[in-house]
Amino acid sequence: MSVGHTFLGMLEGQPRHGYDLKRAYDEAFSPDRPLAYGQVYATLARLLKHGLVVVDGVEPGGGPERKRYAITEAGVADVRSWLAQPVKPEPYLQNVLYTKIVLALMSGRSAVDLLDVQRTEHLRLMRELTRRKTSGDLADQLICDHALLHLEADLRWLELTADRLDDLAARLHHI
Amino acid sequence: MSSRALLVAIDVRKSYGPTAALAGASVTVGAGEIVAVMGPSGSGKSTLLHCLAGIVPVDAGTVRYADRDLTKLSDVERSALRRSDFGFIFQFGQLVPELTCLENVALPLRLAAVRRREAERRASAWLHQLEVDDVADKLPGTVSGGQGQRVAVARSLVSEPRVVFADEPTGALDSLNGEKVMVLLTKAARDSGAAVVLITHEARVAAYADREVVVRDGAVLDYSTVERAA
Repeated sequence: MSVGHTFLGMLEGQPRHGYDLKRAYDEAFSPDRPLAYGQVYATLARLLKHGLVVVDGVEPGGGPERKRYAITEAGVADVRSWLAQPVKPEPYLQNVLYTKIVLALMSGRSAVDLLDVQRTEHLRLMRELTRRKTSGDLADQLICDHALLHLEADLRWLELTADRLDDLAARLHHI
Repeated sequence: MSSRALLVAIDVRKSYGPTAALAGASVTVGAGEIVAVMGPSGSGKSTLLHCLAGIVPVDAGTVRYADRDLTKLSDVERSALRRSDFGFIFQFGQLVPELTCLENVALPLRLAAVRRREAERRASAWLHQLEVDDVADKLPGTVSGGQGQRVAVARSLVSEPRVVFADEPTGALDSLNGEKVMVLLTKAARDSGAAVVLITHEARVAAYADREVVVRDGAVLDYSTVERAA
C-alpha cells in the first residue's frame, strides 16, 4: 500500500493536519493496523521534500503535528498518474500449498486430507470476514468482499486440484 | 454452535437404480444451528437434503429428528411432519404463479387450517421482515428474481419451522441479490431460532453458516457426529 499516494489523494479534498490524516487513513483503509506516527510524519516529510505537498499553515503554540498540509499541482498530477496505473495482478498460487500437495503425493500421503484441512481453514476465515462484513459499514464491506473473492478463488483451485489428484499422482511417478 | 442435536443422520444410504447417491452419509445439525452442506455437482448434496427432510425414504441408516426416527414413519406421517416442523427454499423460488406473493407466504398456514385473515396478517409481517412489503399484491411472475426468492424465504419461515432446508437458495441470483437473501435468511433464522441446512457449492454462501460439512461421492464426514453421539 502506498501511504504517500493515499495521503495525496486524501489531501485533494481539503488541507489536513498530520493527526487528522492518520485518523482518516486508519478509519478508511487500515482499521486493524493503524499507522505509526513515525510513518505518518516521515511520509509527510518525503512528500514535502518532493514538492508534492506544502505546509499550508501552522497553528500557534503547536508542535510539528499542528502543521496543516495542502497538496500542490505536482501532487495532484502524481496522484492522478498513480490512480491511472493498473495494479499488478498476482495470478500465482501460494507456492507452499502447491509444494505440500506435490510432496504429499510423492511420499504416498493423503493429498485429499491436506486439501480438506486447507478448505476448513479457508472457510473459517471466510466466516470471520462475512461476520465483519455483515456488521460493518460500506468500507468494511468492500474490503471484505475483496478478501472473500480471493479466498473463494483459492478454494475453487483446491476443488479443481482435488479432481486432478490422480493425474498429478501419475505424473509424479516419473519424477 | 448449539450443543443440542436436533437432526442426526447416521450412515444413510440411498440409491437410484444402480447409482448410489449416498453411500454412508452421517451428519448432525444442532437446534438453531446453520450448517452448510458443500460438495461438487453430483456428489449427493440434494439427495442428503431429501433424506434429512423425509422427502424420500432411505435405503439404510437412520435419520432422527428431535425424538423421532424419520425412517420409521409412514409417508403420511413424514408429510405431516414436513408441514408442521420444516420449511423449504429451492433455487428457483417455486412460488405458485396464480397466487399473489402474500397468498404464497400465507399458503403453509392456510394448509394448516389457519384462518385467512390471521394467515395473511402473519404472512404480511414476514414480507416486512424480508423487506419485500411492496410486492405483497403482485403475482410471482411480475417480481424480480431477488424479490421472489425473499418471498420464498418468508414462506419457508412463516409457520415457524424448527428446520429450514435451503437448496442452492442463491443459485439463480446475481452476487448482490444473493448476498441480500443470505443476510436476511440467516438473520431471520437466528431471530426465530430455526436451524438451517444450507446446500451450496459456493464458498461465499457457505460462509454465512456456523460450520460446513463436505459431501464427496455420497459420503459425509462430519466430525461433530462422533462426539455428539457419544
